[in-house]
Amino acid sequence: MTFRHAVIEKNVVLLAILTLITISIGGLVQIVPLFTIETTIERVEGIRPYTPLELMGRNIYVREGCYLCHSQQIRPFKDEIERYGHFSLAAESLYDHPFQWGSKRTGPDLARVGGKYSNEWHVAHLVEPKAVVPETVMPPYAFLAQKPLRYDDIAAHLRASRTVGVPYSDAMIEAARADLEAQASADGDSDALVKRYPKTVAADFDGNPARITEMDALVAYLQMLGTLVKFTDIRPEQLKQ
Amino acid sequence: MDLIEFYPLLKSLWVVWFFLVFTGIVAWALWPSRRRRLEEHATIPLRDTETR
Amino acid sequence: MTALDTAATPVEARRAPVYADDVIRAFMIATVFWGIVAFAAGVYIALQLAFPALNLGLEWTTFGRLRPVHTSAAIFAFGGNALLGTSFHVVQRTCRARLWGGDAFAWFVFWGYQAFIVLAASGYVLGITQSKEYAEPEWYVDLWLTIVWVAYLAIFLGTLLKREEPHIYVANWFYLAFILTIAVLHIGNNIAVPVSWFGTKSYGAASGVQDAMIQWWYGHNAVGFFLTAGFLGMMYYFIPKAAERPVYSYRLSIIHFWALIFLYIWAGPHHLHYTALPDWAQTLGMTFSIMLWMPSWGGMINGLMTLSGAWDKLRTNPGLRFSVTAVGFYGMSTFEGPVMSIKAVNSLSHYTDWTIGHVHSGALGWVAFIVFGALYYLVPFLWKKQDVWSPRLASWHFWISTMGIVLYITSMWVSGIMQGLMWRAYDELGFLQYSFVESVAAMHPFYVIRALGGLLFLSGALLMAYNFWRTIRGEEPARLAYAATPAE
Repeated sequence: MTFRHAVIEKNVVLLAILTLITISIGGLVQIVPLFTIETTIERVEGIRPYTPLELMGRNIYVREGCYLCHSQQIRPFKDEIERYGHFSLAAESLYDHPFQWGSKRTGPDLARVGGKYSNEWHVAHLVEPKAVVPETVMPPYAFLAQKPLRYDDIAAHLRASRTVGVPYSDAMIEAARADLEAQASADGDSDALVKRYPKTVAADFDGNPARITEMDALVAYLQMLGTLVKFTDIRPEQLKQ
Repeated sequence: MDLIEFYPLLKSLWVVWFFLVFTGIVAWALWPSRRRRLEEHATIPLRDTETR
Repeated sequence: MTALDTAATPVEARRAPVYADDVIRAFMIATVFWGIVAFAAGVYIALQLAFPALNLGLEWTTFGRLRPVHTSAAIFAFGGNALLGTSFHVVQRTCRARLWGGDAFAWFVFWGYQAFIVLAASGYVLGITQSKEYAEPEWYVDLWLTIVWVAYLAIFLGTLLKREEPHIYVANWFYLAFILTIAVLHIGNNIAVPVSWFGTKSYGAASGVQDAMIQWWYGHNAVGFFLTAGFLGMMYYFIPKAAERPVYSYRLSIIHFWALIFLYIWAGPHHLHYTALPDWAQTLGMTFSIMLWMPSWGGMINGLMTLSGAWDKLRTNPGLRFSVTAVGFYGMSTFEGPVMSIKAVNSLSHYTDWTIGHVHSGALGWVAFIVFGALYYLVPFLWKKQDVWSPRLASWHFWISTMGIVLYITSMWVSGIMQGLMWRAYDELGFLQYSFVESVAAMHPFYVIRALGGLLFLSGALLMAYNFWRTIRGEEPARLAYAATPAE
């Protein structure tokens, strides 16, 4: 039988199947190897899952659409490295469900904003950005300091994250609530928390010891961004993809 | 051979595959003897007998 | 059945069946309504960037929550209703068959789709989002859309299967590729685990670099298959129909179809140049993006050349004027796109307003204009009128909108390139010359011009809505007024 395009033209099912095959190739070739090629994620130390408070802060970052104006992905250019720090690694967003690389910089990149400013600066800036940076076009987020953080289901958040591959242990899930409260307080006992999540900083982030607010969670998240990997110890071959 | 070793081969093969299939489609579509029949399909939208 | 049998069948002799037009009329009204919502939301968030006080200090009205309202309203509500409605129109006419599945099924798709839009948009305002651009709706909305989409696919396929016309006209190929690919992309990009069955929050299956690749495989092909393939289907029906002549080259349209759907799907990684995505993926994305230029221009030539010998119709047919200008803008933005996908260019343009300008030359110039073209044809046709109430007003719509687009894209070119250059500028001592916030301050005049461009575009759409309102109400076309219009 000779090939007849007319057969495709007239056969709906065949047209649909050929279309599906044609559009599948590109996606498969580009996506599948990212899961199978081990070097896609650089072999660096220090990456850990988010603490319960940081995770809740991250969810607020997602909820408010911060990624629409702030990237979290520093490109390997001289000016970006000088402005923001070491270029971003795939390993640094290993536990980001979903990723927050962004696509537009109406505001600056935030991949390494952690530790650059004080907690007080962040709170003042989020409450009224213009008071800190007069030229800014960022909306005020004063309501975050008024809203108590809802975290009664924090263990469920960790469990759902574990289902999609974040290595939260049973102990972490069990202690989620206690860990969250310990991190949001300046004078609590945070030893167990830091043991479970190295490099965690506990503080009364929003300056209001009376309650844990959404501001506490968001600032805790911002303050850990880009702080996990110690770049002074890294050899170039570790970064080869 | 696992998928990682297979990958470069796979990648170049798809390019060859694409090139062959695409050339085939172009040749098929532009073949002179098919011209009349194919261009006739273009009149399908105009055969509508509806009036407003 | 062989090809010769087909040609021998006297199709013209057959009587047209009674088509399901009520649901198409509803889709057209929804298109106009959501278009105005989308344009108004766009103008508002553009003004927020120029005058941040408009964020109002409320949690529901910040730029971060309203921006997805604008993008979803433009793409899925305005564009989506136009695609669903016109595909139902085109598939019935070119198959000479009534919609498969009965009227109630088609109405389910209509109301199901409107429910999807309302669920998604109200979620954004309340802060319910999974933060993946153009795929923001959370899991429960995604599930609902999947049900509606499968019903839509069933109607479309069912109608194709029971067609009287032996050959499947090429516009339907594009519509079918759009429906199928969007289904694949939607499911692939939205696999997630809900925190609880009674809550809105979920965590996506993939993370980090894989999630980024999947998102932009989705994101770019939402452009490729939602905003391009579907609308090309529109082009292949409504331009021949309005110009009253067959498409320039049917053979070119076959090549156009296969090349476009094969190449488009690879282009996603150009959204991730110089990120932590491995280089091989970036290079693939760039290569295919550049190749994509060829089929895009093939399609453009096919659309424009259909007018050869009928250019005079542009003076008398405002709908056709929109369609043809749309194809022109399509050519422009499908040239700009491959240029921006070149890594060296992208290093300047990425993260800046240049990207925003590029998107809008496609979204306003191509997508919205090809929809306006179809609407100016379909509204009088479906409501059984000679013409729209005032072709002159339609002409005003055309010129106001075109001016709006020009203001929009030129201001974004300037601000985008300026932004990119300021970020990488060094002074003579070797220090970065500008702080970030200096680049923010420098954007202000361009943000004002951009908002003005958007305002013009919105005003044009309001004129169109008024014109359709008068048309549907049944007033006679203002023939005399039009005859007095000088030739543009």
